[in-house]
Amino acid sequence: MDSQVLIDNALFERVIDRLAHQLLEHHDFSQTDLIGLQPRGFILAERVKRRLQELIPSQAINCGALDVTFHRDDFRRREKPIAASSTHMSFLVENREIILIDDVLFTGRTIRAGLDALLAHGRPKTVQLLVLIDRRFQRELPIEPQFVGKSIDSLDMQYVQVDWGDQQSETRVLLHNHKPE
Amino acid sequence: MTQLSSRHLTGIRGLKREDLELIFKTATEFKEVINRPIKKVPSLRDITIANLFFENSTRTRLSFELAEKRLSADIINFSTNGSSVKKGETLVDTVNNILAMKVDLVVMRHPHPGAHQFLANKVDTVIVNAGDGTHEHPTQALLDAFSMRERLGDLEGKKVAIIGDIRHSRVALSNILSLKLLGAEVRVCGPKTLIPKHINDLGVSVSHDLDETLMWCDVANMLRIQLERQDQGIVPYFPSLREYARQFGLNMERLNKLDRSITIMHPGPINRGVEITSEVADSEHSIILEQVENGVAIRMAVLYLLSANR
Repeated sequence: MDSQVLIDNALFERVIDRLAHQLLEHHDFSQTDLIGLQPRGFILAERVKRRLQELIPSQAINCGALDVTFHRDDFRRREKPIAASSTHMSFLVENREIILIDDVLFTGRTIRAGLDALLAHGRPKTVQLLVLIDRRFQRELPIEPQFVGKSIDSLDMQYVQVDWGDQQSETRVLLHNHKPE
Repeated sequence: MTQLSSRHLTGIRGLKREDLELIFKTATEFKEVINRPIKKVPSLRDITIANLFFENSTRTRLSFELAEKRLSADIINFSTNGSSVKKGETLVDTVNNILAMKVDLVVMRHPHPGAHQFLANKVDTVIVNAGDGTHEHPTQALLDAFSMRERLGDLEGKKVAIIGDIRHSRVALSNILSLKLLGAEVRVCGPKTLIPKHINDLGVSVSHDLDETLMWCDVANMLRIQLERQDQGIVPYFPSLREYARQFGLNMERLNKLDRSITIMHPGPINRGVEITSEVADSEHSIILEQVENGVAIRMAVLYLLSANR
């Protein structure tokens, strides 16, 4: 078996629902903003925001997209450069409580670059991390998430793929035994 | 595509349209970076860049230097004044000596056309052309096209006029090449003596009538009269600056005669009152200062993408 489904569409909706409720236990979103790491963290951030907005319709929630390409530590160590995505944050992070969001937490290096990129925009009061999939025991840096969709144990060579559904297809998370070409 | 097809940037010639699109996309992200409270990213922190200026420059040198600093590169600067070039050292020797100090990338301006291509064949480093004589000035052309796209959107089918001293301008050639790659129509306009023969071979039209050209174009890129490059022989290229300004100088009266608004550009330095009046240069038609801002973003993109190729 080359791949298995970690989260299917029904479970995904339940996970997003739980994450939204967990966030609301700690934040009323008057001082809190969501920031998704480009590209896939931002898609997740939008989904979380949509659910939060249903739960607290009266509170406007900021959701920004942050690109970490220029802050990565593996620039020039890869064969090909990574294409930059856009950053758009229409609000100030100074003194705000920030929820940093990404789809998969693996080595922690992307989050490290994300923190660096975030601090270039100002000094937030606090930063917390929300991820859909936490690949435990694979960390190369001391970074831990506060809000987790699902924790999994995986091997280095395995690869987690998140398919973001649309009208035609369903959202699901797959674990491949090898990185697809 | 995430990588440039060329190892060096010696000119626009040799680049593909996809290269230009990649540079523009990357520059858009860098423009966001340089408008942040903290305008610096650590991308090139392990890169050393030498800026070699064998010819005078203010804007381009500052723009490159700022772009390098915003990317966290280490830089060394060199200009011919007070250097060993005056003692007779050759270009290849000078550059090889600098490279022996472990420099990764060379940004160079040189009075001789083709100096960059020559160097790229002789030494093992990445070369960025910051202007070679009357030949090419690729980063200027890139920032010009980038600024035009910001104002007008896709350049496919847009009409761009390059007006002034075409013969002595490196900006003109690079601009023509990049605009043709992006699908724009290009016309050059100036006195007969300042337009090179056979320029039509580049696929541009030629005019000697400024008013007619202004009626035709969406963008007018005004070039400076390069007195320092014109050999002051027995017969001058035009009778006097005053006459040049009357025939080919852009003023409000000329703009007001048009039935629509056109975009005015100038690569600088401006000779106010000669090729363009102050009134026009400072008007809302002009995007001269946007060009300068975009220059830093474009140069960051070029340096970033070329460093990745190393």
